Amino acid sequence: MSAPRFDAEARQGLAMVSPPLIYAILLLAAPLLTILAYSFFKDGYLEVIREFTLENYRAVWTDPVFHKIMLRSLGVAVAVTLATVLLAFPVAYFLSFVVKPERKALWIFLITIPFWTSYLIRVFLWKVILGHNGVINSSLTGLGLIDEPLGFLLFNVQAMVITLAHAYAPFAILPIYVALEKIDRSLLEAGRDLGESRLMTFWRVTLPLAMPGVIAATLIVFIPTIGDYVTPELIGGGKIPMIANMVQANMLALDNKPMGSALAITAMLIVTVVSLIFLFFNRRFLRVQQ
Amino acid sequence: MKGGGLRAYAIAYLIFLYAPILLLPIFAFNSGTIIAFPLKGFTTEWFGQMVANATLRRAFTNSLIIAVSSSIMATCLGIFAARASTRFNFPGKPGIMGLIMLPLVLPEIIVAMSLLVVLLAIGVQLSIFTVILGHTLICLPYAIAILSTAFNSLDKSLEEAAYDLGETKWSAFRLVILPLVMPGIVSALLMSFTISLDEFIIAFFLAGNEPTLPTYIFSQLRFPKAIPVIMSLGTVLVVMSIVLLTIAEYFRRRGVARTGQKDHGGFL
Repeated sequence: MSAPRFDAEARQGLAMVSPPLIYAILLLAAPLLTILAYSFFKDGYLEVIREFTLENYRAVWTDPVFHKIMLRSLGVAVAVTLATVLLAFPVAYFLSFVVKPERKALWIFLITIPFWTSYLIRVFLWKVILGHNGVINSSLTGLGLIDEPLGFLLFNVQAMVITLAHAYAPFAILPIYVALEKIDRSLLEAGRDLGESRLMTFWRVTLPLAMPGVIAATLIVFIPTIGDYVTPELIGGGKIPMIANMVQANMLALDNKPMGSALAITAMLIVTVVSLIFLFFNRRFLRVQQ
Repeated sequence: MKGGGLRAYAIAYLIFLYAPILLLPIFAFNSGTIIAFPLKGFTTEWFGQMVANATLRRAFTNSLIIAVSSSIMATCLGIFAARASTRFNFPGKPGIMGLIMLPLVLPEIIVAMSLLVVLLAIGVQLSIFTVILGHTLICLPYAIAILSTAFNSLDKSLEEAAYDLGETKWSAFRLVILPLVMPGIVSALLMSFTISLDEFIIAFFLAGNEPTLPTYIFSQLRFPKAIPVIMSLGTVLVVMSIVLLTIAEYFRRRGVARTGQKDHGGFL
């Protein structure tokens, strides 16, 4: 037992945190545990039979459709993550190293505004831009550059990657910016004083120190994109589903809740494993750099 | 100028971020029924149709009720969590805070599906009330993030001075802490309101037959004839979000100034 003062503080702290905690337990932990339990149950017609089985997981893992959709989701998420993080890094660098301190808040505000404006509308606008009679096609035919509207713009994986990369762009800038801001500027001067070129200083000092931000950015973009529901519906035209659409179809349209739950749990496991592998490699990368 | 190339790139990036959104007002005021260039002429007809649409008005009322309720609930719960995590040490703190902040990294579809399964299993009728429950859950981490900054900047000695001067716990909170964190609270309210107003996935699955603005938009996207009205609705929503965020940013900065911190900018 620790000192009584700590006990009083611990009690007070727990009492203070209990309303949001109870809320999170009831509306988040309990539902997540429920789908975990469902994933081990059997599906009866219109009801869930509470009988332990691994059949759902066996079905998920041996289903070629699941393999295809999971691989597609991973592929899209990796492409989107690469694009957003690579494109965002120079902007974050600019914000941290070039912009004057009193102007930083304004720049960050400008970058975050699109992030908070209706996600659905931003996705839908890409449909407007890329569509058969969309902005690009109508402009090109109007200018006489093409006779027929280009059909390859919409309803494919590339269009989904472009849309998602645009939708999640601001997510990547902020964590990288925060990491860059934390870098002690005298370290960079030291690098230059010791005879490193600007490029080498960047490579050997700035980049390794910015790595935690890059990792955070990668995960912040990767996790929501892999679970995206709207973009495959609108931009993919519903014909190229990702894992979220498959989960939804099983839960509602096919009304096979155990199967839907097993899919959701499996997808979450895969995302967790991929994230952990990524974190592990980055830890190694960081150690090598040091 | 220093970093000329980087500056040009950053500006190009901003244009890329905003370009699709700029299409909204362009086509909302365009008299052509097809969303395509070249533009036809200027009209406010789509805005007129938008206001006259009964389902849309219902969706708007629903969205307002949901956004107001869930922002208040999320901010109230957020005050408890932010206060607890910045002021007290208690056992299991990382795990508890981790659970509360989890919706930040969980795909929304998982939150929506698991809630839906449970609500259906215990026989709760889907309505705007169930959407409020879900929105409170996902707004809570954002509210906590903003409120934690506000509570973190508090000087503990101010509170202790209040106790020494004979204030009770509650009166010290009301007279000393609350005024200092007020800008943070306003900022958290506005931010939660904006998130809830724009949120689609949870509203889509938990609202039953009740429309909200985003689910109404989604239902109309299949009909090419409805698109101009959706463009004008989108314009209104984006303008509303920007106004709300600007006010939220104003309060956040005031809070930063009031507690005498250096401004790092940004909500995250």
